[in-house]
Order: sequence, then structure tokens, then C-alpha cells
Amino acid sequence: MEFKEKLISSYLAFEEDLDLLDSVHQNRAKALKVFEKKGFPSKKDESWKYTSLRALVNFDYALFPRSEASIELKEVKKYFLYDTDTYKVIFIDGVYSPFLSNTTHDGLDVCLMSAALTKPKYRNLINTYFNKIASLEESLTALNTSYTKEGAFIYIPKKTVAEKPIEIIHFASGKEHSLWLQPRNLIVVDKNSQVQIIERHQSLKDHPVVTNSVTEVYAHEEAFVDYYKLQNDLTSASLIDNTYIQQAKNSHASVHTFSLGGKLVRNNLRYYHTGQHILSTLKGVTILEGRQHVDHSTMVHHSHPNCESHQDYKGIFSERSEGVFNGQILVEKIAQKTNAFQQNNNVLLDDKATVNSKPQLEIYADDVKCSHGCTIGQMDEEALFYLRSRGIPKKEAKALMTYAFANNVLESVKLPSLKKRINGQIARKLGVNLGFEL
Amino acid sequence: MLTIENLHAKVEGRPILNGIDLHVKAGEVHAIMGPNGSGKSTLSSVIAGNEDYDVTQGKILLKGKDLSGLDPEERAHLGIFLSFQYPVEIPGVTVTNFIKTAINANRKAQGLSDLGASELLKKIREKSTLLDIDSKFLSRSLNEGFSGGEKKRNEIFQMAMLEPTLAILDETDSGLDIDALKIVANGVNKFKAKKNAVVVITHYQRLLEYIVPDFVHVLFGGKIVKSGTKELAHELEAKGYDWIKELA
Repeated sequence: MEFKEKLISSYLAFEEDLDLLDSVHQNRAKALKVFEKKGFPSKKDESWKYTSLRALVNFDYALFPRSEASIELKEVKKYFLYDTDTYKVIFIDGVYSPFLSNTTHDGLDVCLMSAALTKPKYRNLINTYFNKIASLEESLTALNTSYTKEGAFIYIPKKTVAEKPIEIIHFASGKEHSLWLQPRNLIVVDKNSQVQIIERHQSLKDHPVVTNSVTEVYAHEEAFVDYYKLQNDLTSASLIDNTYIQQAKNSHASVHTFSLGGKLVRNNLRYYHTGQHILSTLKGVTILEGRQHVDHSTMVHHSHPNCESHQDYKGIFSERSEGVFNGQILVEKIAQKTNAFQQNNNVLLDDKATVNSKPQLEIYADDVKCSHGCTIGQMDEEALFYLRSRGIPKKEAKALMTYAFANNVLESVKLPSLKKRINGQIARKLGVNLGFEL
Repeated sequence: MLTIENLHAKVEGRPILNGIDLHVKAGEVHAIMGPNGSGKSTLSSVIAGNEDYDVTQGKILLKGKDLSGLDPEERAHLGIFLSFQYPVEIPGVTVTNFIKTAINANRKAQGLSDLGASELLKKIREKSTLLDIDSKFLSRSLNEGFSGGEKKRNEIFQMAMLEPTLAILDETDSGLDIDALKIVANGVNKFKAKKNAVVVITHYQRLLEYIVPDFVHVLFGGKIVKSGTKELAHELEAKGYDWIKELA
């Protein structure tokens, strides 16, 4: 049986056993039909031209773990940003781990999607927000919707600052010979509120794992949302991340994506606006080696005047690794005084490494500032000479320059310990030895 | 210390240096002056080992060692330092991290272990005070958004930290106001010692009021056309470069 058929038939068996809100059941059923009709995207689809899922889906994955895996805290502690002082929503093989998590209902909700989808007190929130901005047409998002069951649910009420960052971590234990995971997150940040979220997917053993994740984020008026995605998984693990963000007037939402590992990663990041004076920030650092493949597909839909968007993606590719950047900016006629900026800079360190970069600007308004730039280059020889003239050997000088190139994106990371950690990871990956900061 | 014999060099096939001879002894300060396009910056780049330039004839010796074929970093390890006319901006690397990397790379080449953090900090504090450099400046990205004066001060700061045996200052005075010029000159004068040497490359005599040279050479058409003492600099200031062109 093909994997697609397995997904469809398993859905039918699975649907019976779930006690969900009616509206959720309806969403799931509709979504399955979309997936059934469209199937997995292929290279014939324009937006999947440079990323093939064929090898990935031509495989038999377990859809649910057969038994519960338990993980010792000491095994996974290193993947936490902080031991304490964060809210944590942690899953092992797609199943919630109360032991590793630290959730709350005190002044804000940091809890489980499964709770939100079943409990009456969340009915209004689910009816208002669930599957409202996630694409109804895109087949992988639809597949996720049809399997919606578990993930993180975060609700920050009005005028609330989440005091601690929230970590959402999905571990794959390796207990199953292979696993297909479909977490679903819903994040609602109400007026004048703030939150910082860190998400990562981590395999603990070298087993085939594919995660097809969907996250919907709502930033209401004057809200501040900072979302950090840490993608540094084993080379046996792949990730398709679909993140949809809707922003209301005067809100600021940023997504930083650090792609430092994994086998195949596809990031679909979509921004929608419902008001004016919105700032949308999309940043990424990708550092790959071996045969790793990372595809960033971004879209900012400017549908209101006086909004800004900033996209800055940097990539460093060595060996036979592949990078794709497809950045779409859509400015509607009404969206005058839009300021949309997009930059994608890449460095290829080896002859066999490739990058495909494609900016797509569709601008229908006439009074806008839109700029985009894309570079695919080698090292700046003049800068290299400068470093070498100070006694830094060529190889180290190159590494230092590459580090500097990537590190620049970190400036906008607001969590100091996260910044430090990623800074260290980038330095290690590039073989740069940084002792201390003044 | 530095011996240059009949040096010829080309860039992109174009000859720029056409037979330079220069002898600099330890403890001396030499000034190389000349109009724009005379080959001053090429000379400094060639000494530092810039691969954009091809040495077609002649040689450069440092303490008797032939530098031909040596990489820029190897020359730095032997004690050559070039203060750039246009220091390169490197966003993402702080001044401190840069200087630390450079110092330890030089120590490694000499078979020494890394400099300890406290020793490094002590040295940084001492040298930055000398050059009136604010500690905030040290945690900024290297040369990024620095004013002309800050860039030059940063170059001299690096020189003071690395303690080379031969320092070549390429147009270090350009873009400096008089206060910055005095600070930079003071840094160079404090560095000057019996065991090292300084080559100052400049268009104007102004810097030489503060860094007093033992010898002045005039470069024109890729050759040294006249050498003398500091009075030669005054003469150039008064008369301009036109009469030099007639000498060539």
C-alpha cells in the first residue's frame, strides 16, 4: 500500500475513536478530501520545483507510536534552552509528556491542543481561530488538519506579558522504526500582549522521522510575538513546517528560523495583515553540509496601508548541500505606503553545493518602498586579505568571515541565552573558536 | 630590518612599481611620500603580501629573510603589520573577538599557547586607554559604521596589541581631524622602540609633524626619486610635487 493510501485509510479508522468538537470533525473531514484529491506535492508544482518529497514519502512510516516511550530528563536536558524559567510543552513521539513539561493556566494558557479541541471552555476560541488562516487548499497543511489531535495551545489574554519564554519541543525517541508526526499548534496573543516562543523538533536516535507541522499564530492589536525555530535535527529526520501568522494593527510578529541540521527541511511561512502599522519580521540562518536540503518558502501579503515587512535570510552551503529560497511579497492596490524589504544572501563553500533563490514581488500599489536583493557568492577577497594580514591563517579567516556573515542575523534575537547558544552553535559548525565576549 | 631590492610589481598586468630600493634599520622611522598614483599603497600591499599584486622582479627581505612566496599571514607572523588606508568592515565580529583571534593566531605560529583572558583584558585596557578608545567601541562589530577617525584609531590599536617589528602605516592621517591625529601619532610614538621600525606612507607632511621621520623618500612613477631627512618633507609641503616630477 502506498503511504498516501495508508494515511487515508488510517484516518477513517482513527476518526471514530476521537471525541472532538463537531466543528473540528468537520474541518478534519474536509481537509482529508483535499489531501485525497491533491496528494503530496510534486516537483511539477511551481512552489516545489526545487524540493522533492518523492523519496521521503516513498516509505512506510508508523503514524502513531505503538507504545509509550519514556525519556529520562538527563537525556534531553541539553535540548532545553533553560532548565527552569520557561514554560515547556513537550512531546515524545507525538504524545504529551507531563513529566518533562511545565504548562500553566495561571493568567495565561500554555497547554495542549488536545485539551483545547475537546473541552467546552475552549469551544469559542477553537471556533474563532482553529483552521482559520491555515491554508484549506495546500495539501500538506490539509493532511495535518485531517489528523489534528495534539500540539501546543497557547492563549495570552489581553494586556498580558508572558513572563517566561515558552518552549515547544517534539522528541522522537527512536522506539518506532520510523515515524510520521503531525503536530498542530494554535497560538493566540490578544491585544497589548507579548510572548516569546521557541520551537524545536529533535530525534534522539538515527531513525527515519518526518514531521509535518502546522502552526497558526494570531497577533492581535499592539501584540508582540517573537517566534524562534531551532532546526538542528539528526540527518535521519525531516521537517515540513507550515506556519501561518495573522497580525492586527500595530502588532509586531517576528520569526527567526535557524536551520543547522536535518535531512530535508521545508519552511512554509505565511503572513497576513488585518490592519495598519504592522511590522512583520522574517529572518533565517541556514548552515548546511553533506546532502542536507533546506527550502524556505515565505509569503507576506500586504493588504493594508502603512505596514512594513523585513525578510533577511542567509545561507552557507558546503559539500553537496542544497538551499532554496522562494520569497514572495504581495502588495495589494490598497496597501499604499508599504515598506517591504527582502534580502537573501548565500555563500557556497564547495563546488557541489547549490542554492536556488527566487524573489517574487507582486506589487499593485504605486506608492510603496519595496526592495529585494539576492546574492550567491564567494568570499570577499579584500576582507580576507585584511584578516590574513593580521596573522589569521586563510582557513580560519574564511571561517571567521562566514561566521560573521551568519552571525549578523542574530542581532535581532531578543533572548540573550538563545542568542548565545545559537552563536556558539554557528561558531562550532564553522570551526571558529570564540573564547569570550567582552 | 627591512631591505627592498630592485622591486618591480604589477597589478592586472600593469606595472606599478619599477625598481624600488629601500633600507630600513631597527629603531628608525621612514616616511614615504609622493603624489597620488605614484605607487605608495601598492608598495605597502606588496610588502604585506596582497595576492592581487605580482612581484615581477627584485625582492623584499625582513631581517634577512626573503619574503617572496610567503602568505600574508606568514608575513604577519614574522612581524609585519599594515595599517590599512581603507580598513575593511566586518559586521558580526567584534573588535575584541577579532583582536583575540589575531593575537592567538600569531602566538600559535610562534609555538605559544593562547593568551589568557585576564592577560588579554589587561592588555586591551592598557592599549585602548592609550588611544582613548571607549570600552563600548570594543564590543562593536569590526569597523562597521566607524567614522574615519575611529577606523584609523582601531588600526593603531591593533598595531599596539600585536606589537609587530615592522609597522607600515598607509595614509593613516587621511580622514583624521587634528585631535584624532594627535592621538594616533601618540600611539605610534609610544610603540616606537629600538627593536622595531615604522614606515609612514603619506601624501601630506602634516602627520610628520607628530611622527618625526629619520628619513623621507619621495616616490614617483613607481621609483624612489629622492631621499633625504625630515627637511625634505617641509620642502615638499612648500613646493608641491611638480618639481619632483621633473627629477624623474
